[in-house]
Amino acid sequence: MATEASSETEVKENTEESSAQPDQSEKATQETQEVLNTEGEDKEKGKVKEKEGKEGKGISRYLPTWLKKQKSLSQTSPTKETPPTEEPTSKETEGEEVSAPEVNGHAEEAEEKEEVKSEPVKEKEEESNSNGSADTEPAKEEKVEESVQTTPEEKKETTKEDQVAEEKKEQEQETQAEADVQEGDGQISIFQSPLRLVRKPKMKVVVCRVTLLDGTNFSCEVEKRAKGQYLFFKVCEHLNLLEKDYFGLTYKDTHDEKCWLDPMKEIKRQIRSNNWQFSFNVKFYPPDPSLLTEDITRYLLCLQLRDDVASGRLPCSFVTHALLGSYTLQAEFGDYEPDQPRPLDFISQQTFAPNQNKEMEEKILELHKSHKGMTPAQADIQFLENAKKLSMYGVDLHRAKDSEGVDIMLGVCANGLLVYKDRLRINRFAWPKILKISYKRNNFYIKIRPGETEQFESTVGFKLQNHRSAKRLWKVCVENHSFFRLNTPEPPTKARFLTLGSKFRYSGRTQAQTRLASSLIDRPAPSFERTSSKRISRSLDGAPVISITEAGRDTTENGHDPHLELQSDSKSQLRVHGDNIYVRHSNLMLEDHDKTQEEVLKHQASISQLKRSFMEAPPPSPPQPSQWEKRLTSSPASTIRVQQQQVVCVPQTEATPADSAVSDTKEPEKLPVVKTEMVTISDTFAAQKTEIATKEVPIVHTETKTITYEAAQLDGSADGEPGVLMTAQTITSESLCTTTTTHITKTLKGGLSETRIEKRIVITGDCDIDHDQALAQAIKEAKEQHPDMSVTRVVVHKETELAEEED
Amino acid sequence: MNKSFFRIFQISSSFFMANMCPYGRFTHAVVRGIPESFGKPAGDGGKENGEVSVDLAKAQRQFGCLTGALRQKVGLQLIEIPADGELPESWRIEDVAVIQGDTALITRPFKQQRRSEVEAVRRVMSELNLTVVEMGAEQGGSGGATLEGSDVLFTGREFFVGISSHTNHSGAEVLADTFRDFAVSTVPVCGGSRLKNICSMGGPDTIVFSSTEGAKKTLRMMEQLTDHHYEVLSVPEESAANCIYVRGPSKKDFLLHRPVEECPDSVSAFQKLPDYSLLPTACSEASKLGASLSSLCLLINRKHTYF
Repeated sequence: MATEASSETEVKENTEESSAQPDQSEKATQETQEVLNTEGEDKEKGKVKEKEGKEGKGISRYLPTWLKKQKSLSQTSPTKETPPTEEPTSKETEGEEVSAPEVNGHAEEAEEKEEVKSEPVKEKEEESNSNGSADTEPAKEEKVEESVQTTPEEKKETTKEDQVAEEKKEQEQETQAEADVQEGDGQISIFQSPLRLVRKPKMKVVVCRVTLLDGTNFSCEVEKRAKGQYLFFKVCEHLNLLEKDYFGLTYKDTHDEKCWLDPMKEIKRQIRSNNWQFSFNVKFYPPDPSLLTEDITRYLLCLQLRDDVASGRLPCSFVTHALLGSYTLQAEFGDYEPDQPRPLDFISQQTFAPNQNKEMEEKILELHKSHKGMTPAQADIQFLENAKKLSMYGVDLHRAKDSEGVDIMLGVCANGLLVYKDRLRINRFAWPKILKISYKRNNFYIKIRPGETEQFESTVGFKLQNHRSAKRLWKVCVENHSFFRLNTPEPPTKARFLTLGSKFRYSGRTQAQTRLASSLIDRPAPSFERTSSKRISRSLDGAPVISITEAGRDTTENGHDPHLELQSDSKSQLRVHGDNIYVRHSNLMLEDHDKTQEEVLKHQASISQLKRSFMEAPPPSPPQPSQWEKRLTSSPASTIRVQQQQVVCVPQTEATPADSAVSDTKEPEKLPVVKTEMVTISDTFAAQKTEIATKEVPIVHTETKTITYEAAQLDGSADGEPGVLMTAQTITSESLCTTTTTHITKTLKGGLSETRIEKRIVITGDCDIDHDQALAQAIKEAKEQHPDMSVTRVVVHKETELAEEED
Repeated sequence: MNKSFFRIFQISSSFFMANMCPYGRFTHAVVRGIPESFGKPAGDGGKENGEVSVDLAKAQRQFGCLTGALRQKVGLQLIEIPADGELPESWRIEDVAVIQGDTALITRPFKQQRRSEVEAVRRVMSELNLTVVEMGAEQGGSGGATLEGSDVLFTGREFFVGISSHTNHSGAEVLADTFRDFAVSTVPVCGGSRLKNICSMGGPDTIVFSSTEGAKKTLRMMEQLTDHHYEVLSVPEESAANCIYVRGPSKKDFLLHRPVEECPDSVSAFQKLPDYSLLPTACSEASKLGASLSSLCLLINRKHTYF
């Protein structure tokens, strides 16, 4: 098995650089054969795959989308057998060679390949190194497992996979950009297919370290193949941040340059190293921070700007340094108190400016005195009002040379592209003036709309240090342009016949969208800790710090932009102490469509209050890892780690005065259900708390109930009568990764007969299973199957094993 | 030089203005008298003004009218540095300092002979509690960096530096380094002219611009470089493009501009400005030497608050 695994690695070398490994040439021949065999087998087995392999690019557009996607799998077939780490290479080749449409693609391709060729080797080395040290990444082992899996039951799996994939991808397409799918998922080799992984009991988990804006670190476990957005959402959730579109995660690439983590791509493929170290940063600086809805967002923006100013990235004058510093003092320490020496200590510890001196510190204190009475939030606002006027506010600088080889800086910002020579602005291209941005090798081009007097478009070219930086600049431009200039993100380019062009597009929300979304945020302002309180343990806010992720935002998203529905994290995870199981709420699907946004938000808010009250309860069981404490975790759609269970109950409604039964897997149990929203948590301690809170919650909606529970052992003290069981029937059907169990019970309750159909759908999967999709599908199906009945309850129950067991 | 001669008024408290406030709020004007040597070439080898015949007495009269208007009509505190016969061009005080907020950048004029003009100005700036920033020193004595205030247009939001025969890139860089809060853009100035000869501020968001071809080119560049929108008041005569706009303490808009005798076609353009107090101010003698109204004074705001 080990040989076979390694053969996968060698294939690539055979095709691309056979000379690179002369000592293995003998073996390589053998292996080539083996590989050929495997490929032959493949052909016999996977009909679809065979077809795909032969299809040219041109045909693809006549194919149904799911086939097209499959095809994209096989487009990489030469490299398909390679281990996962090499895939970024082939992907990039594809992505980059096509990036400058109107230029000679071949030359570029050749160069591209040359450039990337060396990388797989390097990565392999890294990989094997990590093997040697046997810590986190036993990559070989994985490969072996995978190949074992693939060979014997290839055929079966492929066909099944196709079916499921078809279904899944069709849905996916509505919501997710095709290009992204292709870039993110589509090229995953057969070994990496998420559905394949479903079967694998062991899931590799990596610990990511994220440096937050206040300088603290946040560690979180992610599945090794998680996408960028998973981690990002985790961080936002940790920070209790709703207006998250202005932010992003960065990592240092192998050349120690800062890159933005693409939310739509797997983390592993982007960082290309074992250093799972990230920073949380502001990605798009809002031109008018006063339009942000929440103080916490402004606070985070302040933190970023404080750092920008202190590090000199955001240059400002002495006076501005002092003024911004004084607002920082006010925000962190409150009013100036002459007899309290703390600010003085603090001021010297703190860096406000690159060349901070006593004079400046005195000035800061002097100005601090004049801010008396200002609340931290007001101080933040003042800070931002001053910072936003700085000419370099939100300008992302990139080193370049102009056509004459003169060193310049290109600044990407909300308004467009700025050209600097030293500190001087020598040119500016506003977004509306730019027709096209492209890059080729280490050149970056912008095509300029002709001016009033000019007749033709002109193209301006800049030379970047290397290809990577050209690509990075291009990406930043694409993203900034989309975010600030467009109302909705551009749909990614379809794979047109003979069209070259990177499929990379901005995948998040635009500023217009995020403003709309944040204008609908309706939660009580969350309290948060400020840095000073963390460092010097003096809280200004004085409020208990409970970070709870609200679900409200997602409904607003749903209401306004269905396309983004899936990119949001609507659910919250409840950690049930004691047995390492996450309970997951989904409030998303059952909202009435005619409900107004406000109602929905209220509804969501009430749920969040319940959660809050639950979370305020003292933890009953042994202490948890710190990052899990004091918060509910929500996760993005694609992050279910090990196992998901979704239970859909479809009872007949009219008959139920107060519905009282919720099923559990093995033994349907009666649960106490009040006719309001209710969150029941397995541990008995929580039950009381929750019920108390329930009374305070305004009843917004009574028919739709979202009840999440976990192995509850509560007594049936509900107001609903137990009823008499008349018939019960259980049908179970099983497919690749879903198990549907249908309970049909007829009960007689107070003279009324009630037929209750409870469907339990257990979806077992990992990262790439989309919760909401599956749930929506299940509800849809249930409705179709029983049009005369109505869905009264949906219980989403997510179980996530803490995959601690190391591979 | 007698210090008591400076009419410096006590500045109550030094308030800070970190960032922008609309252009035109000034409290003080610094001027320097016209010396006997007015019109004489500075140093010994200068030829450029050699042929120009200027009327010294008329120049001094015009200077008196200007300072009078600034003090009595507009209501600024006037600080007059006495004339210095040794420095025939010292009256072009605008060139030797660029002031924004509480920072004064002492420039490095193009002509070697003019560089000693800065000393008196520097003293006044210090008296006014301005933060004085020197050029030259940080440039490592580079022969390169030159900057003159008449090539600098500050709009309240950003700086434009005209790259001219007297001001170069290095000089502009020093300016950018000094006023870091602001965008500093460089624009070409054509035909041996100076940036302030072809344009000047005519209001908080208004730039008065000459409509000559060279000026139009500069204007187009400025429009491309700026993030802001300015109203442009076009005047047919180049000499009319240099004005002094001050929003006086009484919240009135004052515009000092060249009189109808000096630019007959442009005065009607100024009259379009709504609710302005127009102050026609003659400047024929100074303009013979390539200067204009704004060349004769430095405007300072010492009443800043920070919001």
